[in-house]
Amino acid sequence: MAKANGANAHKQLTRQQYLDLYYYMRLNRAVEDTMVKLFRQNKIVGGLYSSLGQEAVSVGTAYALEKKDWLAPMIRNIGALLVKGVPPRDVFMQHMAKYDSPTKGKDGTSHFGDLDNLHIVSPISMLGDLIPVMTGVAIAGRYLGQKIVAMTWIGDGGSSTGVFHEGLNFAAVQKAPFVLVLENNQWAYSTPVKLQVPLENLADRAKAYGIPSYSVDGNDVVAVYTTAAEAVERARNGQGPILLEVKTFRRMGHAQHDPAEYVPKQMRAYWEARDPIALYERFLTSEKLLDEKSKKEIEQKIETLLAKERDFAENSPLPPPEFAEHGVYCSGDDCHQIRPKWERPVSEVIPPKSGVAAVWTVAGFGSGKSAGGGSAPIHFGDTQKTGGNGKADAEVPESVAESIEAAEPKPQAVKSTKPKSSAKKPAKLAVASKSKTQARKAGR
Amino acid sequence: MATAAKETDLRPAAATQVTFLEAIKQAMYEEMERDPAVVLIGEDIGVYGGAFKTSEGLLERFGWERVIDTPISESAIVGAACGMSYLGLRPIAEMQFIDFIVCAFNQITNFVAKGHYLWNAPAPIVIRGPAGGGVHGGPFHSANPEMYFVHTPGLKVIYPSTPYDAKGLLKAAVRDNNPVLFFEHKFLYRRIKEEIPAGDYTVPIGKAAVRREGTHLTIISYAAMMHTSLEAAADLAREGIEAEVIDLRTLLPLDEETILSSLKKTNKCLVVHEDTKTGGIAGEIAAILCERAFADLDGPLMRVTALDTPVPYSPPLEEYFLPNKEKVLHAARQLAKY
Repeated sequence: MAKANGANAHKQLTRQQYLDLYYYMRLNRAVEDTMVKLFRQNKIVGGLYSSLGQEAVSVGTAYALEKKDWLAPMIRNIGALLVKGVPPRDVFMQHMAKYDSPTKGKDGTSHFGDLDNLHIVSPISMLGDLIPVMTGVAIAGRYLGQKIVAMTWIGDGGSSTGVFHEGLNFAAVQKAPFVLVLENNQWAYSTPVKLQVPLENLADRAKAYGIPSYSVDGNDVVAVYTTAAEAVERARNGQGPILLEVKTFRRMGHAQHDPAEYVPKQMRAYWEARDPIALYERFLTSEKLLDEKSKKEIEQKIETLLAKERDFAENSPLPPPEFAEHGVYCSGDDCHQIRPKWERPVSEVIPPKSGVAAVWTVAGFGSGKSAGGGSAPIHFGDTQKTGGNGKADAEVPESVAESIEAAEPKPQAVKSTKPKSSAKKPAKLAVASKSKTQARKAGR
Repeated sequence: MATAAKETDLRPAAATQVTFLEAIKQAMYEEMERDPAVVLIGEDIGVYGGAFKTSEGLLERFGWERVIDTPISESAIVGAACGMSYLGLRPIAEMQFIDFIVCAFNQITNFVAKGHYLWNAPAPIVIRGPAGGGVHGGPFHSANPEMYFVHTPGLKVIYPSTPYDAKGLLKAAVRDNNPVLFFEHKFLYRRIKEEIPAGDYTVPIGKAAVRREGTHLTIISYAAMMHTSLEAAADLAREGIEAEVIDLRTLLPLDEETILSSLKKTNKCLVVHEDTKTGGIAGEIAAILCERAFADLDGPLMRVTALDTPVPYSPPLEEYFLPNKEKVLHAARQLAKY
C-alpha cells in the first residue's frame, strides 16, 4: 500500500481543512475513549463497538460531503456523525439508552438519524440494507434536482450480503449519485477477510457493476479525504456510483466483550504502529501546520466540550416505561413533515412534458457498433432524450466506461492510474484499467 | 425534446364499470397526476406495463423518472423506495407476484417497518402486487403471505375484494404516512366488474365493511374468499340461515369494533380465508373474541381456510387445497345448529 502523498495533497487542502480533519479525528477518538470509561462504569446499556484506529476512514470520507448531502453510517462510523454535525451528547445518550437521545431510548449505538436537518439515515444491524436505501435517496435527490450525493459505508464482511449486490447493481444501472465506502478493517467479528472474499482488493467488487473503484490507505486521512472528495465530485457530476475501498484495521474486538485473541500479534503490531492520528500528527508537524501550542488548544477544546456533553448525557433520565408503546405508526397531521424540495421545474416531471415513447432504444443495435461503441443500450432517468430517433442515448460516462471492461487478468495493487485530466491529484487510486476503453474511443 | 405521448386519459369521464385491474391502474394514474412526488418502481412496469398490465400507459405519460424499471432485486426495490420516501417522495413499489415480497422480507420488516418507531422516520411507501391462488399459478405464484406482515408492528396491510375498494384503498395507501402493503387478489383481476364513481375518492384504511346483513351468524372474510362467502350466504338464506358477511378489507390494523358489533347481533362467528390455517387471521380473531366478547359467543369460532401446505399446482390438488363454497356451507350449517 502506498503511503500518503502529503506533498501532493498539501496543494489541495486549506490549512483549515487540515486542522478540521485533525480535530474531528481527535474528537472521534476522545468520544469513544469517554464511552469506554462509561462502559467500565456500567453506564453503557448494551454493546460498545470501537473504531479505534479507523478514525481516518469515518472522518476523511464524511468530510468530503457537503451539508446538503446524505449519509448513513455503520456502527463504527461515529466520526462521520460528528463531522456531519451530531453533538457528542447524542452519541453518549444513545449508548446510555437515555430519554433525550435521538431515539429516546428505543435503540442504541449509532442507530439514529435525522431526516430534516443533518440528512442522516439510521443504520440497522442487518448489513447492506442501507445500500439500496441510500441509492433511493440518491435517485430521489436527482429526481428533485437537488444535486446531492448519498454516501454509506459497508464492511469487508457486509460486502458478502445479497443486498450489497442488489443495491450496488441497482445504483450502477441507475447511475445514482452514490458513494459506497467499503471499510475493509480485515475482520468480520472473528473471521479474517480471506475467508470472506477471495479478492486481494475488495475494490474489485466494483468490476461486476461496471463502476469505478478506488483502493486507498485508510490510515492516511489526507489520502482518504482527497480520494473521497474526488469520488463525491464524480458522483455529483452525474458519473454514477463509485466504490471506495479503504484499507484499515479493527484494533479492538468486535465489541467490548471480545478480546480478539484470534488476531495474529504481528498483524496487530503492524497496524498499531500505523495509528492514523499519530501518522497525521507527524505529517502536520513536518508541514508546520500544527505545533505543541495549537495541539494543546485543540485537546483543551475537546476536553471542555466532552465534559459538558457527558454531564448532559449522564443527567438525562431513562425513558418512562410506557413510552415503549408510542410511535409505532406515524399518525396525526404533524408526524410527517417532509415535503419534496424541488430544485428543478416540476413541469418537467408532469404531463405533457414528462411524456415519452414507451420503447427501449438500443443504441447501435444492428449497425455493428453496439458491442464496442461504448453506448449505454438503455438510458434511464432522462425524460428529454428518449425520442426513439436512434441516437437518444447518452454515452457511457468515462468514469463508468473505465471499469466496464475489467479485462486485466489479475487484481491491481494500489497504484495510480488516474485519468490525465486530474493527474496531479494524489496517487491513491486503483481504478480499473482503462486502456481498452481508450482504444475504443480512439477508434471511433 | 419530449416525444409526445399519445394522450391516453385513463380517468373515467363518468361512473363506469371497471375491472379490479382497471381500478388499480386508475388509482396509480390519478395519484401520479395529483402529486409529482408519486413514482412507481418495480420489475417490467415501464415499457412492458407490468406483468398484469397494471401500469400500462403510465410510462408514456409520466416518463422514465417516474416509472422505474428495475433489475430483479426485490430488496433493492423496497430499499430504494424507502430511501426515496425520505426526501418526500411517495413511491409505489410493485412486486411482480406478491410471492416475491419475501425476498425483501428483511428490508420490509427490519428497515421500513421499524423506522418511525425507532428514529422518527416515517416511510410512506406502498408495496403492492398480485396475490392469491385459484389460477393454477403453482407454489410460487399463488401465495397469500399477508400474515408474515400482519405480525410486524409498523406496517399496514390491506387486502381488498372489490374494484371500488381497491381504488379507494390504494389511493388512501399512497397518501398514508406509513408503509402500506397492498395485496391484490389476481383471481379477481378480470373476473369482477363494478361501477365506480368518476371523481376522486378514498376508502379509509382500517375499516371493515358489512357486505350482507344477517342475524344468525357472522362470516368474516376478505379478498377472493369474500365473494365465496357471499355466494354461500345466498345459499344459506334459501335454507333460512341469515348470515352477516363482513369484508375485513384491512388486516392491519384490524377493525375489531365492526367484528364485535356483528357478533353481538349474531353470537356466532365463522372466518373464511384463503391463507393457510395455522397462524392465519382467523386465529387472531378467535383470540380477540375470547378476550373481548366471550359472553356473546353461542358457539365455537369456526374457520374455513386453505390447508396447511404449500399451494399445489395441479388443478385437482389446488381445488382440494383451497376453501370453496361447499366447505363454507358445511361449516356454516354446523355452526348454525349451536
